[in-house]
Amino acid sequence: MAMKIKVLCFGITRDILGGFEKEIELPEGASVAFLKQRLTDEYPQFQKLNSLRIAVNEEYGNEELVITEQDEIVLIPPVSGG
Amino acid sequence: MSFSKRELLRYDRQIKIPEFGLKGQKKLRESSVLIIGCGGLGSPVSMYLAAAGVGKIGLVENDVVDESNLQRQILYTEENVGKSKIDLTEKRLKSLNGNIIIEKFSRRFDSSNALEIVENYDLVIDGSDNFPTRYLVNDACVLKNKPFVSGAIYRFEGQVSVFNYQGGPTYRDLFASPPSEEMAPNCATAGVLGMMAGIVGSLQATEAIKVLTGLGETLSGKLLLIDALGMNFRKVKIFKNTDLAPVTELIDYEAFCGIDHSVLESISFEKFKELNPEKVQLVDVREANEYELDNLGGELIPLSEIEEHIPRIRRDGTVVIHCQSGMRSRQAIRLLKEKYGFDNLLNLEGGMNAV
Repeated sequence: MAMKIKVLCFGITRDILGGFEKEIELPEGASVAFLKQRLTDEYPQFQKLNSLRIAVNEEYGNEELVITEQDEIVLIPPVSGG
Repeated sequence: MSFSKRELLRYDRQIKIPEFGLKGQKKLRESSVLIIGCGGLGSPVSMYLAAAGVGKIGLVENDVVDESNLQRQILYTEENVGKSKIDLTEKRLKSLNGNIIIEKFSRRFDSSNALEIVENYDLVIDGSDNFPTRYLVNDACVLKNKPFVSGAIYRFEGQVSVFNYQGGPTYRDLFASPPSEEMAPNCATAGVLGMMAGIVGSLQATEAIKVLTGLGETLSGKLLLIDALGMNFRKVKIFKNTDLAPVTELIDYEAFCGIDHSVLESISFEKFKELNPEKVQLVDVREANEYELDNLGGELIPLSEIEEHIPRIRRDGTVVIHCQSGMRSRQAIRLLKEKYGFDNLLNLEGGMNAV
């Protein structure tokens, strides 16, 4: 069974994924680590992002955390502008 | 020491706030804040903290005002272009509040001076514009046990947090390692809406006042994410990263951030003009929207798509590659050299900015 999750893209991830709010299909029971791997496979630029953080429901969950369809996923790369 | 009649009048509106009161005003007067960078963020931060009566403000900056700063660095005017930022900021803050002390550090904030500069302040504000300085600010504050208020801006976005405060997480807990250079665009390469500096800088100043007076709940342990397009403010909880090695000394932050100073073959704009245009291919690796604004008549092949257009780049004769500042063209040349074996490329020094 597949599920569709909503991902909010900040910083340069908005360019990489081509929009602020993106829908990504994941198999049911997928973890944060799985999502990270899926993103890196589909968009190789993620490899160069080193410290991308993925927040689930306004919290940095651990990588084993299982994602559900209701979760709000936010991709947060560091930005340096001042 | 009590306040003069004039001081009581000038701070009246904040002394009137019950939680703040004279007690809060005294705390501010006894406080010192170091501001790293007198740019987009440093402008509102320094002006609001000076106006609020923070006793001592330190400034670290060694740049001059550029025309492209005026869009967001509200400390400066058109007449200031080409002049020292730190001197202008000192003058502006002194005219705003004659009761406070301003200390100037007109040098680049680096590993050789960071610890001794940070040492004499209660709180640090990071208003820098690059990753090496951001990691340096973090490490210096960790080593000297100083809290710092971090702010960063990007296009329509902002990030704000308070780090290293009362045992809370640090910048490294949030972002353990810096992104590679090409994934780390700054205001000059990615662009930024001027108001983002005002929003984020004002929030940094607010957090500074809270830390100094002990009022309210700070952003320690939280990252505030601002998306001005949807006008959404989100707070994301952040935690200590127990896998991190502790910071024990300052390092070479440019190397840490992968900034490469290796010499590339380059050409100045003056020398470029002397070349026979028929024998030279000029390639512009900026994005289409930048090209539309202004260009040198080169062929547009954005860095982001360059690998799909390799056959368009000539292998014989000279190819001059340029961007806005010379950064992206350097990345493009490195990629074309290492991955595709080009050996006929020259980097246009300083890009469009040098024209």
